[in-house]
Amino acid sequence: MKSDNIISYSPIADSEAIISEANKSSSAQKIVLAGNPNVGKSCVFNYMSGMYVDVSNFPGTTISITRGHYKGNDVFDTPGIYGVGSFNDEEKVARDIILSADVIINVVNAVNLDRDLFLTLQLIDMGKKVSVLLNFNDELKKRKIRIDTKKLSELLGVEVFKTAAVDKQGFEKLNEAIEKAKVGNQELDLHFMLQQVTNKSISQAEALLILEGDESIAKKNNTECGTADERERIYIGRRNRVNEIFDAVEYEDSKKGEIFNWFGRLSLNPITGLPILALMLVLMYFFIGDLVSQRIVDYTENTIGRGFFEYNLKSIVAEHSDTKIDVIQFDTEGNKIGNKSFIFTEGLNSNEPLKKEFEHYSKVEGAETHFQFSNFFLKLLFGEFGIITMTTTYLLFLLLPLVLAFYLIMALLEDSGYLPRLATMLDRSFNKIGLNGRAVIPIMLGFGCITMANITTRLLGTEREKSIVTAILQFVIPCSAQLAVIAALLSGAGISALLLYVSVIGTVLIVLSTVLNKMLPGESSPLLIDLPAIRVPRIDNILKKTFFRSWGFMKEAGFWFFIGALAVGLMEITGILKVWQNILEPLTTTWLKLPKEAANAFVMGMVRRDFGAAGLFQMSLTVMQKTVSIITITLFVPCIASFVVMLKERGLKEGMIIWTGTWVAAFFIGGLVAQLVI
Amino acid sequence: MANSTLDKARKGMPVTVVKLPSGDIKSQLIRLGISEGDTLKCIVRLPGGTIVVKKNRHEIALGFDLAKKIKVILQ
Ligand SMILES: Nc1nc2c(ncn2[C@@H]2O[C@H](COP(=O)(O)OP(=O)(O)OP(=O)(O)O)[C@@H](O)[C@H]2O)c(=O)[nH]1
Ligand SMILES: [Mg+2]
Repeated sequence: MKSDNIISYSPIADSEAIISEANKSSSAQKIVLAGNPNVGKSCVFNYMSGMYVDVSNFPGTTISITRGHYKGNDVFDTPGIYGVGSFNDEEKVARDIILSADVIINVVNAVNLDRDLFLTLQLIDMGKKVSVLLNFNDELKKRKIRIDTKKLSELLGVEVFKTAAVDKQGFEKLNEAIEKAKVGNQELDLHFMLQQVTNKSISQAEALLILEGDESIAKKNNTECGTADERERIYIGRRNRVNEIFDAVEYEDSKKGEIFNWFGRLSLNPITGLPILALMLVLMYFFIGDLVSQRIVDYTENTIGRGFFEYNLKSIVAEHSDTKIDVIQFDTEGNKIGNKSFIFTEGLNSNEPLKKEFEHYSKVEGAETHFQFSNFFLKLLFGEFGIITMTTTYLLFLLLPLVLAFYLIMALLEDSGYLPRLATMLDRSFNKIGLNGRAVIPIMLGFGCITMANITTRLLGTEREKSIVTAILQFVIPCSAQLAVIAALLSGAGISALLLYVSVIGTVLIVLSTVLNKMLPGESSPLLIDLPAIRVPRIDNILKKTFFRSWGFMKEAGFWFFIGALAVGLMEITGILKVWQNILEPLTTTWLKLPKEAANAFVMGMVRRDFGAAGLFQMSLTVMQKTVSIITITLFVPCIASFVVMLKERGLKEGMIIWTGTWVAAFFIGGLVAQLVI
Repeated sequence: MANSTLDKARKGMPVTVVKLPSGDIKSQLIRLGISEGDTLKCIVRLPGGTIVVKKNRHEIALGFDLAKKIKVILQ
């Protein structure tokens, strides 16, 4: 999805808005990219529209419609579907846009032609103008598979073009594909049956769906819809036609080209798959927990952020204003070796000798400098919670390096094709908590961004699964930005803190999902998922994705951090912060056993959890206090953006229950742990 | 040759689908390319019964609850 509609997105209602908006500009053609999941539609869309939507190697990357422009026409990216129908939310969204399309560009994975042609024939049976892009032409060559495109085109009755979307191969034919799109060869019997229905002024496309038992389309046209048996008959007939066509056009010279997917196989079986998973987690820990959060962030946060950026900015501000400056010197071991206060009632520039002394004293290696401005606005902008100083340091010098590292790893995982295999391996364990393995995908994406993951819950089969996963996401899954700070806090705290954190959060996860599984009515759907080929991730795609996500994160977090800093800053200046700290004191100091100031982090955490976590990062805490505080902040309320999306996806009631629940869980469990270990 | 259900399949075994469970799931399976009469190859059977099958060049994972409802002939 486009990075800047993260907040503004809502499910089907929004796709309707996109469709009706597009209907207004009547002169433009509506070109719809349709196809099975994971066939390269979004690749083609990015090329045509010049926009960026996510491209990853697992089925279900795209879950909503994006509209772009191509040579004066509208072009739409759609969720991947195996057939037009209404089995789930993505299908409904895709169905509506396909029904309203002028031209359909059907993207097909040529390596799995037999699977993909089912949708192609259905689109043709709908009487739509279609052109086929036979994508993955590069893999076809590698695997020594030949497809007779001329014959395929004859049999289908529509144009067929070979492409390799990742290399932009064959895209010079896109114009031709759009211009020459036409109604293909329909099966005669079916066509005849459809005519009976279309006589009643129903379009052929809708008639087909009605015949195939789509209730909502039938209702819209006030007619009766076909039975499940009828649909099955049509489906079996279509499947047989697919097989005939496939047998006539495809040749595989020898099986030599078949790449043995050894990594894919190994990652599936728990005996080898669990060690692979463990190895990946260890590598991730060393990359993020050690390299990035210890070394890189230490440099960016302390040296660049505080030592250079804040120091110089505040010095400039202090030149002409009433300022008190405290400098503390530390030796290399971190022991305090001296401190001095400098008072400039008229600003630094009014007292040159003292300014020289201050500069000399504060520029010693390892010195910490604290500026206190007496002016209200300067305090608000540049003070301890300064909108400009704190927001910039947190965002650019603390979170950005960590978030970049996380997004990079997420992108690698998404592009390798590993996620669906992880889903398969964990399927049985997920069954125990009322989910199937597919739930791995939104949960893993949640480690990137909860907001996005909330939308991805749509790819789950039933409402109860969506509810369970949404609750898991809001309660226990820390998003990348938050996890980043957690990793930074934990990496200095040793293994026991890490184990305690993981086991507490893990227990909450299991208890929460088991209870929900027992409480929610109905049954969950079984796993049925396509395993895409394992591929070496493409550098260009990885970098592009990391960049767009980080940029999206910066834009959104920047805004909310600004608001949060303003709120905390105003509260501090007006004294409300002290009152708030005092009100929460029994909770923070007695129950959670944290310093009083931890209350600040909770204010910040309500705006965004990562902001709250960053607030904790500032305080000097013991190892167990750190552990308790990150447990609390992990379980704490989701950030405002994901809260809004959750309400849209799951409704007001469920959303509010989850939101309130996170408050209770955070303080209850955080406190319980505190009582036991501190 | 034995009448059985898909969850009983073992690694490397070819299986012929005899009967799919009825309802929406049947339509979904047909779309994916699994219909009655097709021969699939079982690639892995995970402990617990999650099954991965291969149809032509295409790998599909099915949960235990679904696999045990698919009637097959094991070969
Ligand atoms: N080798 C090869 N890989 C391709 C080609 N086209 C797409 N891919 C890869 O296939 C995967 C899926 O591409 P997407 O564009 O995300 O597919 P999609 O159809 O939008 O998928 P959904 O949104 O899940 O329906 C990505 O990993 C691409 O890099 C191609 O022509 N050749
Ligand atoms: Mg896509």
